[in-house]
Amino acid sequence: MSRYLFYPGCSMESSAIAYHESLMAILGPLDLNLEEIEDWNCCGATEYLGINLIPAYALISRNLALAAGQINGHNNNTVVASCSACYLNLAKADHYMKERPVLGEKVNLALAAGGLKYQPGALEIRHLLDVIINDIGLETVQTKVVKPLKGLRVAPYLGCMVPRPDYNKHWSDHEHPNELDRLLKALGAEVIDFPLKTHCCGGHMPQISPSTAFELIRRLIQAADEYHADVMVTVCPMCQMNLDAYQGETNRHFHTNYHMPVLFFTQLMGLAFGLEPRKLGFGKELVDARKAMSRIGVEVPQDEMQPRKARRKKEGLPMPSMPGEEAE
Amino acid sequence: MSGNGKNRTESKERIGVYVCHCGSNIAGVVDVEDVAQWAARELADRGVVIARDYKFMCSSLGQELIEKDIKEKNLTRVVVAACSPHLHENTFRTACNRGGLNPYLCELVSIREQVSWVHTDKAAATLKSKAVLSGGVERVIHHEPLEPLHVPIQSASLVVGGGIAGIQSALELADAGYHVYMVEREPSIGGHMAQFDKTFPTLDCSACILTPRMVSVGSHPNITLLTWSEVTKVDGYVGNFEVTIRQKPRYVNTELCTGCGICQEKCPKKVIDEIYEAGLGYRKAIYTPFPQAVPKYPVIDPDNCIYFERGTCKACEKFCPTEAIDFNQEDEYITINVGNIILATGYDLFDPRRVTQYGYGRLANVFTSLEFERLTNAAGPTNGEVVLRDGITKPSAVGIIHCVGSRDRNFNNYCSVICCMQGLKFAHLVHERTGATAYNFYIDMRTAYKAYDEFYQRVLEEGTLFVRGKVAEVTDAARLPGEEGKLIIQVEDTLAGKQRRIPVDMVILSAALEPRHDADEVAKLFGISCSADGWFIEKHPKLDPVATMTEGVFIAGCVQGPKDIPSSVSQGAAASARVLGRIQQGEIALEPIRASVIEEKCSGCRICNDLCPFSAIIYHDDRMVTEINAALCQGCGTCIAACPAGAITGTGFSNEQVLSQIEGLLMLNLAPPVEILDA
Repeated sequence: MSRYLFYPGCSMESSAIAYHESLMAILGPLDLNLEEIEDWNCCGATEYLGINLIPAYALISRNLALAAGQINGHNNNTVVASCSACYLNLAKADHYMKERPVLGEKVNLALAAGGLKYQPGALEIRHLLDVIINDIGLETVQTKVVKPLKGLRVAPYLGCMVPRPDYNKHWSDHEHPNELDRLLKALGAEVIDFPLKTHCCGGHMPQISPSTAFELIRRLIQAADEYHADVMVTVCPMCQMNLDAYQGETNRHFHTNYHMPVLFFTQLMGLAFGLEPRKLGFGKELVDARKAMSRIGVEVPQDEMQPRKARRKKEGLPMPSMPGEEAE
Repeated sequence: MSGNGKNRTESKERIGVYVCHCGSNIAGVVDVEDVAQWAARELADRGVVIARDYKFMCSSLGQELIEKDIKEKNLTRVVVAACSPHLHENTFRTACNRGGLNPYLCELVSIREQVSWVHTDKAAATLKSKAVLSGGVERVIHHEPLEPLHVPIQSASLVVGGGIAGIQSALELADAGYHVYMVEREPSIGGHMAQFDKTFPTLDCSACILTPRMVSVGSHPNITLLTWSEVTKVDGYVGNFEVTIRQKPRYVNTELCTGCGICQEKCPKKVIDEIYEAGLGYRKAIYTPFPQAVPKYPVIDPDNCIYFERGTCKACEKFCPTEAIDFNQEDEYITINVGNIILATGYDLFDPRRVTQYGYGRLANVFTSLEFERLTNAAGPTNGEVVLRDGITKPSAVGIIHCVGSRDRNFNNYCSVICCMQGLKFAHLVHERTGATAYNFYIDMRTAYKAYDEFYQRVLEEGTLFVRGKVAEVTDAARLPGEEGKLIIQVEDTLAGKQRRIPVDMVILSAALEPRHDADEVAKLFGISCSADGWFIEKHPKLDPVATMTEGVFIAGCVQGPKDIPSSVSQGAAASARVLGRIQQGEIALEPIRASVIEEKCSGCRICNDLCPFSAIIYHDDRMVTEINAALCQGCGTCIAACPAGAITGTGFSNEQVLSQIEGLLMLNLAPPVEILDA
């Protein structure tokens, strides 16, 4: 198995630690060699490109320059990103530096201050799921499955940033790509034809306009619930966080009572490969997955780190409202 | 340096040069008087004895000018600087002929399409006109007098494709008293029209108007109907095509079969009919596609027949009262000789699975337009009941989406022409059969042609709702109350400037018409070409829409581009009129612009053999040389350019002619620009 350069991105170390742990756990069975880019920095997420293009692209491209320097004669120039936003940002920078030479020059001018340089097109930027499907292949994945996820109804949720705009034509379709569906089927799960699989999770809207975000989150959770999914499966730390962490608030906002656990696809891969749930980051999710997983006989540990929810004291004082916050 | 210093062959010819104003078309940009005077002055040593400019060279007076000069000034060559040879080459050749000069000693150079229409700089355009004219003069010196080739025309014709366009063509020819071979790939003629129930705008029953024509084709003494057959090889040339046709085995002896239908009743194997029923209904392994099929004889589909799969069954054979089943039939090849060919092979429906956001193939109650045609057809899988995919439930709201796969740069840029009227027809049928609310989602309504817009008004009055906007998505993900269990159409209503979510029970996708999947191969087989979209290219889009650049091969119907039934019928008749004109002449004069092989120089390398777009090149194994069939050659010059030995030469475009023209174009006769180039 050839080596891939790996860009983890910030969330893999914090909010999406379950993604990171499960990914590390399945590397062995998949015979996948990920070499982390040394001294990588934040990709700027979704906001920075909206504020100032040149510094934003320079921030992203620093990672590309470091990665290109790390190829070191290996025959594989692929950078794998596990987070959809990171994947899109890296691919976008590479694409636009190539398409607009003036931008490329300016970015390289900024990189030169740090003694770096990036030649656009030197790297191939791919998402983790793409590499698993197209390089490792479903046949190989299937041979590793020892505990098929029989009876687990999953809603495959890809989010909007993976299949679009798809600069290098890696995905089967832009509206209804089937990669995640096929992978989960290979794991033995019962995969629903999730109609909103490429719809938006709200991105960073929970911070900017919570009611907008809640509406987007509700649509997704509602659709998965109507299809009687046991769990939703994502490939993106941001999607997972929005659907998981804001599900309770969304419920309160709409007076609904959804309970839809949201997991990473790597966690389910690990389970099907017969690995310990504890090593796969289970228990870190906020919407409890224990009930759903017990349906297929998997015991999910409770995360000791998670503090008990403090009961709000009745006599407590109300919080001051922040300027610009929308009234509910 | 002056161009006269070049060591060129001395010209002994007496050349007349005529520069056309074409009203202001040319004179508006090019100083035509200057061009003519320059030619008289500077090209005199190249043999130009007279150079004139005239307002309209193509007028009778302009032509008479040439005729008079030929006689009075003893011209031996004529060069006309005017429009493209496509338009008026024939006019000026004929004028020369009348003046007593061999028509092929006339050269037409284009200073309109290639100069005045594409340039705005007058000085440069005038200079370029001189260069183009100079090239023409140098070329015409090397022209030779030629005589057109005359070949006799076979009176029989071949019509490929048994849809309405082909049927019309065949009947016109046969009724005029000439023999027609009609080849159809499917077991029956009828084409797409046989699948419809109603036809817009008059809503007359499709079968009622089509089947009499089908019967006429089947019983016409002048028509040989070859269904379940395909053309495999086309040799020869206009007037004398030799066509090989493969008749696939029917496994039914048509001389014994009475078409009683017992075999179909008894056949135990049910198959989804992807062709005639558009995948919405079933047929048996032995079948006639529909009750009014012509011919009435069934075929056995060997891919699905139990006997061919397992070696037992033969139910059809056991029950056939006339012992007509014959499992031993094999492919039969027949060769026919025809003078002209009409291609009317029709269209394929765009596969809307490719527009994934509309959910066809995933969402059960999304239908294609052809599926809906079958739903409404009284002989269809539901006997004309408009119901959902469950076969029972009547819809209470139906959405019809236009332009699925057309007018969309992701798929096809062109407009599929029929969809607007088809959408209106569907809306009417939905009203009539179910009383459901019908929505049309359109980009632009296009209801041109007779009685079409009146039909639009009628459907508006019936209460069909129209939303202008390209549908973003069809989904089953309910979001709002009232959407549960429905298909939701998400669309921007561009007239109201609003996003709308419209819940319906059934969605019909007006899928694009596309060229047949094998259009490329068919075009190659008959030596014609396809446009970038894949439709067969006509000789002229306005003035010659049914002829092709290959003599004797005509096109009719959707094979030339999307069209409705009236237009297809018109083209079918028009193509036949062209063929009849040919047959009446008895023989045809062919342009003598041909390539020929100088055998002594040919090494037999065969590089040219596969390049000929008209299959005019024959290789003689015994002598190891290549020969060109003069009647088939269209004078394109590909082989001449390709021949490494220079063994191929063209009458009308010999190396001498082409090289002289290039020398002339390089402005050897133009002193001033050479100095500019030197500087």
